[in-house]
Amino acid sequence: MSYIRKPKVTHPKMPRNSLGLTVRDYEGGVSTLCAGCGHDSITAAIIQAVFELGIEPHRLAKMSGIGCSSKTPAYFVAQSHGFNSVHGRMASVTTGANAANRDLTYIGVSGDGDSLSIGMGQFAHVIRRNLNMCYIIENNGVYGLTKGQYSASADVGSVAKKALPNRQMPIDPVSTAIGLGATYIARSFSGDKQQLVPLIKGALTHRGFALLDVISPCVTFNDNEGSTKSYAHTRKHFQHVIDADYIQPSQEIRVAYDEGEAMPVKLHDGSKIVFRKLNKDYDPTSRAAAFSFLRDSINKGEIITGLLYIDESTGDMHSDAGTVDTPLSQLAYKDLNPGNAELEKLMNRYR
Amino acid sequence: MSTVNDVVIKIATVNGTGSASANGLLMKAIFRMGIPVVGKNYFPSNIQGLPTWYEIRVTGDGHQARTDRIDLMVAMNAQTYEQDLAAVRPGGWLIYDSTWPRSRLLNRDDINVIGIPLSKMCNEKFDTARARILMKNIAYVGVVAALLDIDLDVIRTLLSETFASKAHLVESNLAAIRLGYDYATANFTCPLPVKVEKMDKTANHIIIDGNTAAGLGCVYAGATVGAWYPITPSTSLMDAYSAFCRKYRMDADGRKRFCIVQAEDELAAIGVVLGAAWNGARAFTPTSGPGISLMSEFIGFAYYAEVPAVIFDVQRTGPSTGMPTRTQQCDLISCAYASHGDTKHVLLFPANPEECFYSARLAFDLADRLQTPVMVLSDLDIGMNDWMCPDLKWDDNYVPDKGKVLNAAELESMERFHRYLDVDGDGIPYRTLPGEHPKGAYFTRGSGHSKFGAYTEDADEYQEVVDRLLIKWETARTLVPDPVIEYSQFNKTAILTLGSCDGAVREALGKLKEKNVGLNYCRVKAFPFTESVRDFIEKHDRVYVVEQNRDAQLRTLLMLDVGADQEKLVPMLHYKGLPISADFVIDGVLEDMSKGQAA
Repeated sequence: MSYIRKPKVTHPKMPRNSLGLTVRDYEGGVSTLCAGCGHDSITAAIIQAVFELGIEPHRLAKMSGIGCSSKTPAYFVAQSHGFNSVHGRMASVTTGANAANRDLTYIGVSGDGDSLSIGMGQFAHVIRRNLNMCYIIENNGVYGLTKGQYSASADVGSVAKKALPNRQMPIDPVSTAIGLGATYIARSFSGDKQQLVPLIKGALTHRGFALLDVISPCVTFNDNEGSTKSYAHTRKHFQHVIDADYIQPSQEIRVAYDEGEAMPVKLHDGSKIVFRKLNKDYDPTSRAAAFSFLRDSINKGEIITGLLYIDESTGDMHSDAGTVDTPLSQLAYKDLNPGNAELEKLMNRYR
Repeated sequence: MSTVNDVVIKIATVNGTGSASANGLLMKAIFRMGIPVVGKNYFPSNIQGLPTWYEIRVTGDGHQARTDRIDLMVAMNAQTYEQDLAAVRPGGWLIYDSTWPRSRLLNRDDINVIGIPLSKMCNEKFDTARARILMKNIAYVGVVAALLDIDLDVIRTLLSETFASKAHLVESNLAAIRLGYDYATANFTCPLPVKVEKMDKTANHIIIDGNTAAGLGCVYAGATVGAWYPITPSTSLMDAYSAFCRKYRMDADGRKRFCIVQAEDELAAIGVVLGAAWNGARAFTPTSGPGISLMSEFIGFAYYAEVPAVIFDVQRTGPSTGMPTRTQQCDLISCAYASHGDTKHVLLFPANPEECFYSARLAFDLADRLQTPVMVLSDLDIGMNDWMCPDLKWDDNYVPDKGKVLNAAELESMERFHRYLDVDGDGIPYRTLPGEHPKGAYFTRGSGHSKFGAYTEDADEYQEVVDRLLIKWETARTLVPDPVIEYSQFNKTAILTLGSCDGAVREALGKLKEKNVGLNYCRVKAFPFTESVRDFIEKHDRVYVVEQNRDAQLRTLLMLDVGADQEKLVPMLHYKGLPISADFVIDGVLEDMSKGQAA
């Protein structure tokens, strides 16, 4: 974690967002991760996305568990509340936070160990609850802080530094999330900020559970030859199948898309995601098609990226539970307490 | 020997046959006659087909504990017939279903056996198999009513209240009551020498279980987020919270002013509580011992990161899965020091359902004030059994203590907010809620942090925070409730106990006094122990520490927390899973005293 405060230098001509803030206002502490770590690129993409969306920093809640990835909330949006919880349990804390205050924006940062091993249960169940949050997995196939053991996302045959090849089947968070019913599922690569930023913006705006699985190479323990989570391997095998542009409610669609290839999907707040299909056979609104395409690509050794599935028709945990619009933490006590007169009446039931 | 309003009835049935409502009817009828009652349910960890017992102690003296004596056994379960026969006190009575005569097994000539052809009568009277089974239970209520002289009008009123909208059920139930009542009256001398008579000792009292009272308490305390993983014997607490919320917390359009999360496990349940409390809601989770084990990591997090949480531990018999439907007070140490590292937690020890209700409010106030987990240690006996309690009351002037939470205006006027500064010298820092104000942002973490809330691995910065937590611990000691202390006469011997032992110990104190053994009494209500607990122990030469676990956990806590002299703390341990009785305490005290005299 960061000991060092980052100096804040703002050039007067820096672009400002709808709140009049510059991207500098969304920075955090200095990263203490290894130089070249994919996670730092994702941090930069998060900063850019949150800045562009014009989210008030103190209305953003940054949630995490334990691991290299879970340290990163300290490195973005210093003026946001952060909750660095225990290993594999970010999902439950975020569930509670969201239950109490549905009006904040929740971004959870996790890793492949935090989500797919120790936190697999919570990962599955937060999807099942369709919690309104953006859940990012910074996926590098290894445990970094404990020095390079394979994680559950390591591919069969992949070789990490100083290790025998992995022989166990990987858990793929994207196909898992499709199977479990997540309503916004994307994959990207830490080295592809252009693709990543709109995907994060869409994930933050989507109502319901949004998963972003981001391949994020570990330069220290898993960036060697033979690793399927290295920069070189990812660059060679990743394919954009669906690119997505995020369009704010106030923005016009200026980019011209070829008919049949562009597909706008309206998000609940009026903003839009416009898909650009690079593969004509792919339908990101069909769960079955997405699953089948994904499994085929895994078999071919391809890493397909983009917004792979979206369903804007569902609600979230609160609409399922039927809670009131006012955040529960802000309800007046008089609206929660039935009072002594009611208690007196109730006592007759127990005589 | 004949008695009035002092009889213990035990009903042996098979679980899943609907006997619970019959037993409830019987107990409530006696209660409605103004006579204090104690109800204990001994049930298996099973859905259907295993033996279950319900014990009703009719106690005109108003005792609150069970007793080992059985005057009248209703032996409806062939599987346990021999054991039930053996349990009746000499001179007592046993009712059995004489549709199938059991003369070969009636091998006790020191008790009175009352055969009633319950099945035969019900089979003739009712058409369906289900009705025959259910009504057989109601029919034995009629038998007991005749034998004890219970007012049939009271039973009729109770039935018409229960089945207010189903008149035909009132009729059929009354018919079954009459079957039993009339047969007993015609064939046996009624009433028995042990009988009941109207009194006026139950006015302004209710019969309620602790889980229902605690769930209601959470509603009244303003809890809005409840998270849980179902576990016996705590499940009915969340069921009650849910039912009361549906009654009291629904908007006109059907929207809810509460959120219940049935989590995937206890790890998640406590995580939900912490997230909600961090965000300013009053949040709680009910659980039992195995759940505490799973929650421990998060409980330590909440202690160190200073996040409020309310946990109800309805204790059951351990270790491991243990006996899930039996009672114990076996989680005292695991709750007091839950989690790795130097942690200790505030515990409350309600003694009965009434205290469960008020403990909810107290637990939330303390958790918010101290910014730390507070655990309410109930147990199966309190949580799931029927206790007679004074009416629950609410002070409409009560305002929840949300503790040191800075609002937007306060933050606006501050130059800079730091999360873990001890501004007031009581060890309790100020906190802020996410979304309130840009100046309020801070990073909540379980890793080493300085008093400014920043990550640290610096030796002094780390130690400064954990030392300040000790100051907070001493503040907690001044905020938790004092014990109940009663001096019977000035002497140097005392009983110290907690929670559900209260009824048995009080009864024992009274009976010991009749034998000219006067003991002083202290019932602790919270951990850490207040100064008056230390004083009480210091004033005495010998203190019997009565508790329901094998390893004298309360005694250990007394030694650890107030440095009590272990030589004078005499353990008195009841841990076989049944609620403790006064006789156990009396026997233990007398035996120890006789040893002392011998030496």
